[in-house]
Amino acid sequence: MLEIGLSHYLSVAAILFTLGIFGIFLNRKNVIVILMSIELMLLAVNINLVAFSTHLNDLVGQVFAMFVLTVAAAEAAIGLAILVIYFRNRGSIAVEDINMMKG
Amino acid sequence: MVIQALCFYLFSAVTIASAVMVISSRNPVHSVLFLILAFFNAAGLFVLMGAEFLGMILVVVYLGAVTVLFLFVVMMLNINVAEMRQGFLQYLPIGGLVGLILLVELFMVLGGWAISPEAAQVAQVPTPPPEEVSNTAALGNVLYTKYVYLFQASGIVLLVAMIGAIVLTLRTRTGVRRQNLREQSFRTRDESVEVKKVQSGSGV
Repeated sequence: MLEIGLSHYLSVAAILFTLGIFGIFLNRKNVIVILMSIELMLLAVNINLVAFSTHLNDLVGQVFAMFVLTVAAAEAAIGLAILVIYFRNRGSIAVEDINMMKG
Repeated sequence: MVIQALCFYLFSAVTIASAVMVISSRNPVHSVLFLILAFFNAAGLFVLMGAEFLGMILVVVYLGAVTVLFLFVVMMLNINVAEMRQGFLQYLPIGGLVGLILLVELFMVLGGWAISPEAAQVAQVPTPPPEEVSNTAALGNVLYTKYVYLFQASGIVLLVAMIGAIVLTLRTRTGVRRQNLREQSFRTRDESVEVKKVQSGSGV
C-alpha cells in the first residue's frame, strides 16, 4: 500500500480515461465540456506514457508524451475556433444541433 | 517512502475528484477551473514520477495556455446554463454502462499483465542516472539529436493549428468605417472644396 509502483499510476490513468469517456456521454448539450473531457483523456494517456517511461528507464516515453502534449494544444485551439464560428452561426453549442452538413 | 506515498495519494485523489467535478459541474466556468486543478495535480504526479520537465511543461502549456483559452471561450460565448443541463440524466445510464465496462476492462488488463525481464534491456534511449544528468538535459539531448525531425514536425503541427484557428475565426465585416491614410493624404483641393456663388443680401 505504501510502496508506490507502476500499477498505482496506471490505475489513476485508467480512472481518468474512464471519466473522460463518461464526460463525453454525459454532456451532450455542451461541446466545451466534451473538449475538456478529451483533454482529460489525453492527460491520462500522458500519465501512462510517463509511468512506463520512468519504470522501464526509457526516455522515449517522455519524448512521446511531449508530442502528445503538442497535438493536444493544437487540437484545443482548432476545436475552440470551430466552436466559436459554430456559435456565431447557430447561437448554441449543443451537439444535437450539429447537422448542417447532413445532405 | 511514506511521504512519497502520501503525496501520491493526495495528488491522485485531488486529480480524480476534480475530473469528476469537470464533467458534472453545472457551470462551464467551474468546469474549466476544476480542469486547471486536475492538470496542476497531474503535474505533481509527473514530478513525483521523476519527469520534472514534463510536469513543468504541463503547468506552462496546459495551465498557462490551453485552459486559459478555454476560459476565454467560455466567457466569450453567451451560454444558457439551464439549457445545458437538459438530457443530463437521459444519457446517464448508457454513459455509466460504457464507462463501467471500460473501467473493468482496463483493470482486467492491469491485473493480468507483467513486464518481461528483457524489457529493460531493449530500451531505445536508456535514462541516464539522475545524479549525473538532470531530466531536462537528458530530454534535450535526445530531442534535439535523435528525434529532431519529429520535433520539427510538431512545430509544423502547431503552426498549422495557429493558421487554421486564425483563418477559421477571422471575419471581414462590411459597413465598417475605417481611416484610410493614403486616401486622406492624396485628397486634392478640387475634389473636396466647392465654391458656391451666393447672391449678397438674399441668404443661402
